[in-house]
Amino acid sequence: MTSCHEEGGAAVAVAGMPQIALVGSPNSGKTCVFNHLTGLRAKTGNYPGVTVGRTVGVTKVDGVEIAVEDLPGTYSLDPISPDEQVVADLLAGNVADVGRPDAIVMVADATTLHRSIVLLAQVLRLDIPCLLALSMTDELTARGGGISVDALSTALGIPVVPVVANRGVGIDTLRAQLASFDRWQRPPVLPPADNDAIDAWGRSVLNAADYVAPQPDRRTRGIDAIVLHPLWGTAIFFAVMFCFFQVVFTVAAPLQERVGRALGWLGGLVSDHVGNYIVRGLLGQGVIGGVGTVLQFIPQIVLLFLLIALLENVGYMARAAFLMDRVMAATGLEGRAFVAMLSSFACAIPGIMATRTLPSSRDRIATIITAPLMTCSARLPVFTLLVGLLVSPQTRWGGLSAQGVAMFALYLCGGTSALIAASLFKSTILRSDLLPFTMELPPYRFPSARNVLITMWDSAKVFLRKAGTIILGTSLVLWVLLNLPARQAETARMSPTQATSFVMDHSYAADVGKAIGPVFKPLGFDWRINVALLGSTSAREVFVSTLGQVSAATDPDDPHEALLTMTDDDGHQVFTTPTVIALMAYFVFALQCMSTVAVMRRETNSWRWPAFAWCYMFVLAWTAAFAARSIAFGVGA
Amino acid sequence: MLAQLAPGQRATILGVAAAASSVVAARLRQLGFRPASDVEVIRRAPLGDPTIYRVQDTELCLRRREARLIEVDPGSGT
Repeated sequence: MTSCHEEGGAAVAVAGMPQIALVGSPNSGKTCVFNHLTGLRAKTGNYPGVTVGRTVGVTKVDGVEIAVEDLPGTYSLDPISPDEQVVADLLAGNVADVGRPDAIVMVADATTLHRSIVLLAQVLRLDIPCLLALSMTDELTARGGGISVDALSTALGIPVVPVVANRGVGIDTLRAQLASFDRWQRPPVLPPADNDAIDAWGRSVLNAADYVAPQPDRRTRGIDAIVLHPLWGTAIFFAVMFCFFQVVFTVAAPLQERVGRALGWLGGLVSDHVGNYIVRGLLGQGVIGGVGTVLQFIPQIVLLFLLIALLENVGYMARAAFLMDRVMAATGLEGRAFVAMLSSFACAIPGIMATRTLPSSRDRIATIITAPLMTCSARLPVFTLLVGLLVSPQTRWGGLSAQGVAMFALYLCGGTSALIAASLFKSTILRSDLLPFTMELPPYRFPSARNVLITMWDSAKVFLRKAGTIILGTSLVLWVLLNLPARQAETARMSPTQATSFVMDHSYAADVGKAIGPVFKPLGFDWRINVALLGSTSAREVFVSTLGQVSAATDPDDPHEALLTMTDDDGHQVFTTPTVIALMAYFVFALQCMSTVAVMRRETNSWRWPAFAWCYMFVLAWTAAFAARSIAFGVGA
Repeated sequence: MLAQLAPGQRATILGVAAAASSVVAARLRQLGFRPASDVEVIRRAPLGDPTIYRVQDTELCLRRREARLIEVDPGSGT
């Protein structure tokens, strides 16, 4: 529901304003121009009915608000990919709920004009007022090229504004021009339509403008000689990836701890000062607990988004994709999917959002529905607990710490299963469309701080709005399920931990846990494990604390001891080795995380794929857990 | 064809093989692999595929599968 509202919001917010569309090929600096024009006032959503992201912003010229639409990058208006189809349809006025734009700003990279002049010819043929924003003009002259902007404007018959988007140069001139789009000069004769004729037209226009193409970028050549070197390049690649995770975990962890402590203090205040049982619980545990879970994710997520945006803007992401393409090709995916898969080792949400760089929508969907199999950081506390129940810290297997080996095996399992699942889907239901793999390697550039920060902020906003509301909502519902009906009379003379455990044993959640008992009975899960599984839908790590509370552990965040001695209703031990192994297998594969489901819904623009992903992962998890348990029984564990 | 050239070599593009699907041919053309354009092989990935080419003042990479479809004349490369 929220997403419908949001998409409607993007349309409603700009209704009545003049609409200007930004058109340009990938890497033309278009999005950078957009970010400088509209700042933080951009709204993102999807075009109706397709997996193509839509970005609309507002810019103000002399008090007049103008809607600016950042169209997906395209090489041509003869569409091949769904993104390009949207651009072609929108410019032709064929997209429902989105009108034909009043004017077009075409952004073209001055260093690659020979290529983009073809797109410009097609855009001019639309006969909509058009202005050419010529980006990277500084780079053109620095690399020994040149162009006469005035002569180009005369030859084309449209206004031309040079911009250096990553430093904001020329943006004010561009913005000032936007207001008077109805008075822009129009070309007296439209360019030709035929391919060869366009080439000839392009050559004559560029000749008239004294265009001299730039020399290859020597700095980029020098850096690439090392960064893409068979030996050094590979070493640098692993070093960059290692630092990527090192930064995410070492910088984010202390911040997360501090957030956790602050919220613990706040929760204490609530429980000390609020009298009513339900209000106290909903506020102290539901709201603060839910917000706490969201906030604890924030440092990690924001850092991930920042690093991805930084590496992307510098130009390294394309290099990483180039190095890894051969590996990813084995799964039927391409190099750019690697970035998404790798990010999912920290959290699937930034990984899923990073799939936007994939031009093929089938590759995008295959990556989105398999990325959650990657071992995300929320599984870590669960695995730590389960591995601890299975083997003691002192146990050695072949000289190695058994806990370390088990942990490594779980990570390996998640990583390989994601790749295998991707290759299965790519060879069956998502067999490749005809798009060939092509990828530009832009010159290394100093990133614009503004551009990086806006990219990061837009992504963080999506996380907060989509994942945040889901986590908070789930956390409130779970509190109600776990703590009601209230049992104040029965628990009056119990210790707080016993009281919590008693309430949970007789809560709605217990009813649910018992009701779904038959599903999980073959896996050896006790109804209290089911309650904890229910808890893990807000975030997987909540499994640990829920289990802690339901088992009446003295420290609910470290329920190790209590779980070892926990018995089911018939007095049998619950956490036997086969059951622990089954739980591990279940957590490797199951898609419990509701915020991941919400982000999948947003990125694929339908419930179909998240529902499919949830189902296949549940079946996979159940089967794997059952098999693992049976094998464990078989070997007599 | 383009896939046979070694890194460092230049050539002039003759066209896209007739065996290529129209989608692939159109995309390659849009990217700058047009008849009469010069192309230079920059480098191969450490694992042998893909390869970076310079065409129309941009560097981009293609897999061998697509590079096989581009017919070139190595003799006339400048």
